[in-house]
Amino acid sequence: MTNQNILGNVLGNVLVNDRLIWIYTQMTRIREFEEHVKRTFLEHPGAMRGHTHLADGAEASIVGALATRNATDFAMPSYRCHAQPLVLGTSPKKMMAELYGRKDGLCRGFGGSMHLADPEHYFPGTSAIVGQSIAHAAGAALTAQVKNTGQIVYCFFGDGASKQGAFFETLNLAAVWKLPIVFILENNEYQAYTHVSLEDANALAGDPLSQKAAAFSIPGATVDGTDPLLVYEEVARAAERARAGLGPSLIESKFYRLSAHGNAITVPPVPTQFPEHEAIGVYGNKAEYRAAKERDPIPRFRAQLLSQGILTEGELQRLDDSARKEMDDAVQFALASPQPEPQEATNHVYA
Amino acid sequence: MPKEMMYGEAMATAIAEEMQRDADVVFYGQNMAMTERDPMLRMFGKNRVRLAPISETAEIGIAVGAAITGLRPIVELWMSEFMLVAMDQVLNEAPRLRYMSGGHVKVPLVLKAGYGFAAGWAGQHSNCIYHTMMGIPGLKLALPSTPADAKGLMAAAIRDDNPVVYLHHYMLTLDTGDVPDGEYVVPFGVADIKRAGSDVTIVATGWMVKKSLTAAEQLAREGISAEVIDPRTLAPLDVNTIINSVKKTGRLVLVDQAPRHSSAAAVIAAEVAEKGFEHLRAPVVMVTALDASVPYSEPLEYYLLPNEDKIAAAVRSVVPERVRVRA
Repeated sequence: MTNQNILGNVLGNVLVNDRLIWIYTQMTRIREFEEHVKRTFLEHPGAMRGHTHLADGAEASIVGALATRNATDFAMPSYRCHAQPLVLGTSPKKMMAELYGRKDGLCRGFGGSMHLADPEHYFPGTSAIVGQSIAHAAGAALTAQVKNTGQIVYCFFGDGASKQGAFFETLNLAAVWKLPIVFILENNEYQAYTHVSLEDANALAGDPLSQKAAAFSIPGATVDGTDPLLVYEEVARAAERARAGLGPSLIESKFYRLSAHGNAITVPPVPTQFPEHEAIGVYGNKAEYRAAKERDPIPRFRAQLLSQGILTEGELQRLDDSARKEMDDAVQFALASPQPEPQEATNHVYA
Repeated sequence: MPKEMMYGEAMATAIAEEMQRDADVVFYGQNMAMTERDPMLRMFGKNRVRLAPISETAEIGIAVGAAITGLRPIVELWMSEFMLVAMDQVLNEAPRLRYMSGGHVKVPLVLKAGYGFAAGWAGQHSNCIYHTMMGIPGLKLALPSTPADAKGLMAAAIRDDNPVVYLHHYMLTLDTGDVPDGEYVVPFGVADIKRAGSDVTIVATGWMVKKSLTAAEQLAREGISAEVIDPRTLAPLDVNTIINSVKKTGRLVLVDQAPRHSSAAAVIAAEVAEKGFEHLRAPVVMVTALDASVPYSEPLEYYLLPNEDKIAAAVRSVVPERVRVRA
């Protein structure tokens, strides 16, 4: 099915114009947030510590998936976790302040970029150990099932995580217990620095990674993750299955991470910033990266909305400006927020 | 009215009573609730009592995710070493999520496992791995030594809003003792003086409490009055009760089934050296397992582990003849 047809279909059925506009708005908010994070390394060196991972390139996949969400469903990503809370309603000011390690940060400066949590917005937390949060997400699904709340869980993880034992154990158990969860395997082609073809048996054989679903006798599908509407359609099917009590599905969403895995790992006082993408920096493949940039989901979806007459250039420009302003404000808020009191370091150890 | 009950039965009673009390408590693990005849399954239904595959990472990781979203899971792990295949979840997920979230979430879960099996289970099923856990901020660690404590500590573990590793000693499973009927909660971080004494303080956990009490009886016949303290939880650790006892006795013997450098004894020795040095009239002595893996054959195993004779000998080495009062 071509994208044009999908757009026609969803327009006629589920996705009315304001939903499409919502999708575009969230995609641009994510992109602007990540661009501001990236620029921080240059504009405010030292303001952000440790390791930060960005979602640029993943916007269509994440927003397309979460467009199927009901208001109280959980979203549980990995340590690459800026995008989901933005979509769920977490304050970008608090998020940015957390990345800056400030007192007004979402987690009071205790977690940083990799450990955002906002349970009020159905974002219970993340793990920075690859693959481990897949089990946590299934735990949230167990809560929903035991308490019969009708909630489902959107579990996001990368292609690298799908090689972890936690992935295999959790998918088996989720299938056995028929947990209400959708597993979204974000295949962005690179596990940190290693290309997927070097470490994934399915990829090596030229098969889709969604083939892993067959091992657990659950539905598996691969979708073009650069198109939010294709993702929407596939995830909606899996979400419906989860809501109906039929158990989990695995969706491989294929897109390209547009930034490097994370900021360079440096030892103080050497400053850190985002290096070139691994395609160039490690593999010397400029053509691959250039081609991926040309498939950037945001300008493509923007052009689609314009050509379909859903938004005018002026309206799109206003949305773009508003997202930029929102994230400019987030940076100003973070810079103005005080450092935490040092003696707070022993808070929050025990409940 | 207290009831005479076995240690293993006391734990199970606490789980059933707490599940009765709180609908958020769920209980699952391997090789349990396999048929509809299972008593817990009959009592609480298949939603709350579940069979899990051999997948410790998923079992414990799911407990973490369930805990941060509103359940209070108990994971039956059977043997403490099985946690080793899921150590990230035990040490690096469950105890850290609350802290890293700046207090947004709590992680109330219980990891229940047997340990210290000294019955020919050889190198990989006989260990005491609590040292690794007692030093992780955010994690609590309970090790009951009597049927009453087995019940009361389990109830406390389930009610605690933090992740708790509950280690029950295999060699105590069939021991009987009086267990309070109905609601009975043993608070964490409160050591219990299992026997009062004035010449020497013996600190022990689990099976070693029983062995220390036997040694103390022998020592009493020799005119040595030993106080036996069971911390009951290693995290939080009730250092004060130990220091207060040492103030009185001036001598400290630490008994621990773990190898020397991975023992709780080493940690307690350091605390007393720093906070109670002026009260010590003799060097602190540690009676631990020898530094080898646990062997299969019975004489080898017996030689390796602490026993009543080794404990008594250690006590005699620090209590001079002149303070012994013969009856």
